[in-house]
Amino acid sequence: MTPPAISSRRRLLLLAPLGLAAITGLGFLRVLSRMQNGSYNPHTVPNLMVGRLPPPFTASPAPPGAGFTAADLQNLPQPVLINFFASWCVPCREEHPLLMRLKAQGIAVWGIAYQDQDKAMAGFLAADGDPYARLGADNTGEAAVAWGISGVPESFLVDRSGIIRWHIGGPLSPEVIAATLDPLLRKYA
Amino acid sequence: MIPELGDFALALACCLAAAQAVLPLIGAEARERRLMAGAPGLALGQLIAIGTAFASLVWCNVVSDFSVRNVAAYSQSQEPLFYRITGTWGNHDGSILLWCLVLALCGGAVAAFGSNLPSTLRARVIGVLGAVSAGFLLFAVTASNPFARIWPPPMQGQGMNALLQDPALAVHPPILYLGYVGFAVPFAFAVAALLEGRVDAAWGRWVRPWALTSWCFLTCGIALGSWWAYYDLGWGGFWFWDPVENSSLLPWLTGTALLHSAIVVEKREALKTWSVLLAIATFALSLCGTFLTRSGILNSVHAFANDPERGLFILVLLGLVIVPSLLLFALRAPVLAPSGFFAVLSREGALVLNNILLCSIAAVVFTGTLYPPFANLLAGIQLSVGKPFFNATVLPLAAPLIIAMPIGPMLSWKRAELFPALHRLWWAALVAAAVGIVVALGWHGLAFLGFAGSAWLIAGAATDLGGRIRLFRAPFGESLRRLAALPRGAVGAAIAHAGLGVTVAGIAGMTLASQLVVFMHPGQSVDFAGDRWTLQSLVNRPGPDYVARRAALEVSRDGRVIAVLHPAVRAFPVEQTAVTDTAIRTDFVVDLYTALGAVHDGGAEVRLRYDPLAPWIWLGALVMAGGGALSLADRRLRVGAPARRGVPQGGRDGARVSA
Repeated sequence: MTPPAISSRRRLLLLAPLGLAAITGLGFLRVLSRMQNGSYNPHTVPNLMVGRLPPPFTASPAPPGAGFTAADLQNLPQPVLINFFASWCVPCREEHPLLMRLKAQGIAVWGIAYQDQDKAMAGFLAADGDPYARLGADNTGEAAVAWGISGVPESFLVDRSGIIRWHIGGPLSPEVIAATLDPLLRKYA
Repeated sequence: MIPELGDFALALACCLAAAQAVLPLIGAEARERRLMAGAPGLALGQLIAIGTAFASLVWCNVVSDFSVRNVAAYSQSQEPLFYRITGTWGNHDGSILLWCLVLALCGGAVAAFGSNLPSTLRARVIGVLGAVSAGFLLFAVTASNPFARIWPPPMQGQGMNALLQDPALAVHPPILYLGYVGFAVPFAFAVAALLEGRVDAAWGRWVRPWALTSWCFLTCGIALGSWWAYYDLGWGGFWFWDPVENSSLLPWLTGTALLHSAIVVEKREALKTWSVLLAIATFALSLCGTFLTRSGILNSVHAFANDPERGLFILVLLGLVIVPSLLLFALRAPVLAPSGFFAVLSREGALVLNNILLCSIAAVVFTGTLYPPFANLLAGIQLSVGKPFFNATVLPLAAPLIIAMPIGPMLSWKRAELFPALHRLWWAALVAAAVGIVVALGWHGLAFLGFAGSAWLIAGAATDLGGRIRLFRAPFGESLRRLAALPRGAVGAAIAHAGLGVTVAGIAGMTLASQLVVFMHPGQSVDFAGDRWTLQSLVNRPGPDYVARRAALEVSRDGRVIAVLHPAVRAFPVEQTAVTDTAIRTDFVVDLYTALGAVHDGGAEVRLRYDPLAPWIWLGALVMAGGGALSLADRRLRVGAPARRGVPQGGRDGARVSA
């Protein structure tokens, strides 16, 4: 049986579904790999702070920290990683060794304890180590609202001029640090 | 011992599926009767093996064998027996096994009921199903083996996701899977037809009952899921355009299109290439839905089982199924030349319009669902696509579909006149207009459009049936006789169309719903939606593996108590979660809906809703599925398939048709 003569346009049309499926599939593959290295997380709500100056906020003094405010995030000697955490939050505790490693590398990490009890927070840092160059407490959750976070842990990278450059709505991971945070720190150093 | 039996049965099923994939296809290609004859036996053998594996897993859950990792991770011994059984498929590994079981059931069904198919076609269909099965079983055996052991076994399991401890969950996934996976059969028919190089009226007739069966299950499955979200999640809505909901809607839309285009193939031998593509696309979208749900690639409330690693495996599997079939389609589809031609204005033309609109809706939903990850990939922006987008794009496409639905069945095949069809529908238009005007006068908003559309659909379906049985034009007795003699397919189609009308009315009714969130102490009352709602008491009540806080809400109308509702919050100490149990009082016209929120200071936050016509949404889906089931009972689908025309070349035994 010889197939009837087919115009090349029709042949192209019949190949279109395959092309569409292939493009979609390759897209899925790329998204999956980006999910694994942490550069894409479908579950975060977009944070509107990126690209802006920090909102007015106060992280009140809570031992061992002396607290800080938005005014402290200007004309910095190096980029700062703002880390919202809480001693009651399990993912924060899992993230904690990574913060200690960042501190050892000389990276400035500033902590804001979100709706925590000062005593519990101090105990946690005394037992597991304090990675924070500066530390404050947000017992009322007002700072969290100002920064637009939806939970803890969440982190922001603030560059030397005080502009927020990056946000992650969840714990850091070695993959995220290697693929995203380290290049950004180099860029804004 | 039992887990090993299950493990062995699973591996055996995988081997049998591989044989089922290879031998019949070779047999059909080489016209080797003995190889082809083995196909049904292999399919049934695979079904028995998978059935054994599945039963073993259920057994492990029932006896709480925590040395099996899957059981330890998702079950616990204090759960009621019912939830220990349903928990079997409430997790990733178990649901993949259920998926394989349903796929094997499809193969078994073709083996058992496909004796009227030509032997090469049947061998190829079973072979293709075997190939799909083999892929999934390989996945089950290697990447997500539900029988993997842990040592030492824990004393207690981690328990089932509390949200899933619900009777609806027991039936929701199996029914949805019967729908999803059932479309593997039309897919296999499409691939087999491409391998054979022919699609004719007989093919259309064979493929339709399979597509129809899957469609009925998928309709019920989606409706059940929507109902579950309505009464269990306590959000007070029935459809959220959530990615996972969308991914179940996509195969439904293309599957509905397939049902209609297959009619054209059967009656007129046209739209062949298109129907084959639809059959492939529908199954591809089913698989795609599984991938989207399991990989966690989309932001969804359904993210029970997210794992990018497994996502990769499913994506590979998806590629292995879809790419070869679409490649085959590109190569072989040109052979499927249409032989029936028709004017634009004809029954065929109307069915083409149906296909265009349904597929446009599918394309819009597909785009909206996948836009967030792809926008992030291409432009690096994080966004979400929600209700406003879908409402703004789907409704304008649904409106012409609803307008055209009653007109299509009035048109004759090949070439039709629009005016006589419209003339027959004048009273349906009148009813629709009257309903629309009454609603527009009584209530604000766009609900009147929905109600008018609903009346138009139901009255149109009634006109269709009434015309066929010469209602009011012949003596009533004769009309009844005609009704009894009418092909079930025609009655089923009219019922299904009316069912959509019922659903549309429910959706329109829900736009008129009102809601009140109020903090109440026991003894307090509030007036809402014309009724007086009194919080009578708030008590703690322990359950088998939870503690419930239960409210008693009395609803009275005109001083008379019409209902006492018991919304509750159940706290699960093992899982450390809480679930809200809504309480709903329905009279099938209005739902009085209550949910309990935060409880503190001796009072409780109570959510009250007044949902007019809400039950009709799911009732309509049931009517639709019932119409589909009635069509399945049509004699024409079971017997007397038209013999294949033309002399099959090379002495193939393609024309053997038994009654």
